[in-house]
Amino acid sequence: MKSTALAATLGAVLVAGAAQADPIKVGFISTFSGPAAFSGDYAKKGVELFMKENPDAFGDHEIQIIERDDTGPNPEVAKRLAQELIVQDDVDVIMGIQFSNNAFAILDVANEAEVPVIIFNAATSSITEASPYVVRVSRTMWQSSYPLGAYAHDKLGLTKIATFYADYAPGKDASAAFTEGFEKAGGEIVDAIPLPFPQTPDFTPFLQRIKASGADGVFAFMPSGPYSTAFVKTYVNLGLKESVKLIGPGDIAPPAELDKMGEGIEDAIITFHYSAAVPGEANAKFLKAWNAAYPDTPVDAFAVQAYDGMAALAEAVKKTNGDFDADSFVDALKGWEHDSARGPITIDPETRDVIGNQYVLTIVKNDAGKLEEKLVDTLEAVKDPWKEMHSEQKKN
Amino acid sequence: MTSLFLSIAFDGIAYGMLLFTITIGLSITMGVMNFVNLAHGAFAMGGGYLLVVLAGSLGLPFVPSLILIALTFLVIGAVFERVLARRFYGASPLLQVLLTIGIVFISIAAATYVFGPLSAGIRIPEWLQGRFTVGTMSFPVYRTMVIGFGIALALVLWFVLDRTLIGAKVRAAVSNRAMAEGVGINVPLLFSVLFGVGSALAAVGGALSIEIFGLSPTYALDYLVLVLLVVIVGGMGSIRGAFAASLLIGVIDNAGKFLLPHSGAFLIYLVAFAVLIWRPSGLFSTVEH
Repeated sequence: MKSTALAATLGAVLVAGAAQADPIKVGFISTFSGPAAFSGDYAKKGVELFMKENPDAFGDHEIQIIERDDTGPNPEVAKRLAQELIVQDDVDVIMGIQFSNNAFAILDVANEAEVPVIIFNAATSSITEASPYVVRVSRTMWQSSYPLGAYAHDKLGLTKIATFYADYAPGKDASAAFTEGFEKAGGEIVDAIPLPFPQTPDFTPFLQRIKASGADGVFAFMPSGPYSTAFVKTYVNLGLKESVKLIGPGDIAPPAELDKMGEGIEDAIITFHYSAAVPGEANAKFLKAWNAAYPDTPVDAFAVQAYDGMAALAEAVKKTNGDFDADSFVDALKGWEHDSARGPITIDPETRDVIGNQYVLTIVKNDAGKLEEKLVDTLEAVKDPWKEMHSEQKKN
Repeated sequence: MTSLFLSIAFDGIAYGMLLFTITIGLSITMGVMNFVNLAHGAFAMGGGYLLVVLAGSLGLPFVPSLILIALTFLVIGAVFERVLARRFYGASPLLQVLLTIGIVFISIAAATYVFGPLSAGIRIPEWLQGRFTVGTMSFPVYRTMVIGFGIALALVLWFVLDRTLIGAKVRAAVSNRAMAEGVGINVPLLFSVLFGVGSALAAVGGALSIEIFGLSPTYALDYLVLVLLVVIVGGMGSIRGAFAASLLIGVIDNAGKFLLPHSGAFLIYLVAFAVLIWRPSGLFSTVEH
C-alpha cells in the first residue's frame, strides 16, 4: 500500500514540475480484504479504468490517490483510516466507501475537518444528511426497492408477498421500502423474515416458512456476494420456484454469481441502477473498455459507480480549477448532469444524492447457455423516495 | 399441516445428517485423543473446494470425486496427526486451540487467494436434482441421499467399532491407553488412522454440504460453533452421542427458525444449555470426568 502511494507521489512530483500545480490528494477508502473484498476490487478496477480511459479528465491537475482498506463493515477501522488520511496524509477529498456504517463513521471525521466526500456505494438513505460535504453517486436502498413494490403489484400481478432480508441496516431499509411501495399499491405483506447476518447457515427453515405463508412472491435482500447463491439454490431445492416468484433489488443477483446460482435465478425480477443490459452508447463504450481491460471479470455496478465517482471528482476539480474547499467542491457538483454507463444521472442540488434510472431486469439463458440479465423495463430518473417521504431534514 | 410438519422434520434430519458426517471425526479426536481440533472445519471446507475442483473444473463424475476426496483427506489427516497434532496431545487446550485456529485462518486466506472471496459451487448431477413424490408429499432427491448416507455411515461406524477387532482395539485405547499399549496394540498407528478417517469424513461431509450450506472461504469458521456444539451435546468420543445430538440440533434448529424466525436461531443454544445441565458430559459420553 505504502509503495503504491510512494510511486504515485513520485509520478505526481515529476508531472507537477511541468504543470506547476500541487497534486490533489484523494483518500480512497474501500474494502480490499475479507468476504466483501470483491466489491472493493471492482471499485478499484472502476477507478483505474477511468484514469486509463480519461487521461485528460483532470486537465493540468495531478491526482494522487491513496488507497486504504477498511476490511469490511468496521466503523472503528474506517474512522481511524479517515483520521489518518486527513491528519497525516493531508488529503483534499475522500472517496469510495462500500458500507453504510463505515460511511457514517467517516463522515463524522470528514464533517469536522471539512473534507468533501464522494460516496461510491454505501446505500443508506440518510447518509447524505450526515454531512453537508458529502455527495453520493450510487443509489439508495429505497431507490431500488420502493418502486419495485408498485411494479410487483401492478405489472407482475403479485398480491401476497413475504419479505426476507439480511438482518442489518440496509436489509431493514430494503424491506421497509418495498413494503411501503407494495402496500401503497394494494398488495399484502404476509410475512417479514429477518435472516441472521452475517453468519448464514442453512436457509431451509426460512424458505419453508415462506412456502407455508401462502405468498405468491418473495422479496429478498441480502448483500451482494456468497449469501444469495446458497439462498437461490435452496429456493429451487425446496420447490418454491413453481409457486413463489423471486424478486428483489439487484444485489441478490450479482453478475459474477449467476451461473453458480443456476436455474433458480432464471426469470427472477430485479431492480437495479445498472446492468450490462442497459442500452445506449455510453454503456456500450464503457463495456468495450471494461472487456478490453478485464476480459475475465463480468462487469458489476460496483465498478460503474466508482467510474462515475471519478467523473464527479474530475468535474469538481475542473469547475473549481483545482482550488476548492469543502463548500465549493460540493457546490460544483450540485446539479451536475452526467452521461453515465448506467444512463443519465444528476446530483440533486437539494440533497446531494444521485437521481438516476432504475432498471427492471430479469435473468435469461443466452444462446451460449450462460445466464445473463435482460432489460424488461426502465423507471426513469428515480429520486430517493425516503427523502421525499420520511426525511426529517427535508420536512424542516 | 401434517405434510408441512413432515417436510420440516425431513429438512431438519437432512441438516442433522450433514452435521453428523462433518462432526463425527472431531468427536472422536476430542474424545479419544483429547485433542481440540478447531481445524476440523478447515478439512470440511477443503473437501468442499476439492469437490469444486474435481467435479467442477476437471469434470469428474460426482461419486468418484467423493471417493477421491475421502482418500486425499485420509492421507492429509494422517500426516497432520503425525507431524503436528501428535506433539500437542499432552499440551494444554490453549496451545491446541491456538495451533488449530491458526490453521483455520491460514485456510481461509489460502481459499480466498486461490478461489476468490465469492461463493464456489458445482452443478450436482442430473440424477440428484429435482424431487420425487410419495403419495401427496414430495421430497428433494439430494437431501434424501444425504439422509441415506448419514444413516449408512452411522451403521458402518457402529459395526466397525462394536463388532470388529479394529473396533475393539480403538475402544481399548480409549478406555485405558497404557493398558492397550501394554497388551501390544499399536496405539500411535491407530491414532493416525483414526485421525485420517475423521478428516476424510469431515471432507466428504463438507463436500456434500456445499449444495445446502453454500461454500465460501469463511466456511471453516461459519460452521465451527455448530460442529463444536454437536460434539459437546453428544458427548465426546461417542458415535451414538454425535448421531443423537446432530439429529436433535438439526431438527430443533430447523423447527425453531421456522416457527420463530426472529429468534429461532438461539433455540439450539437453549437446548444445549438444558442438556448440559442435565448431563454435563453430554448425552452419551464415553469419557470419564
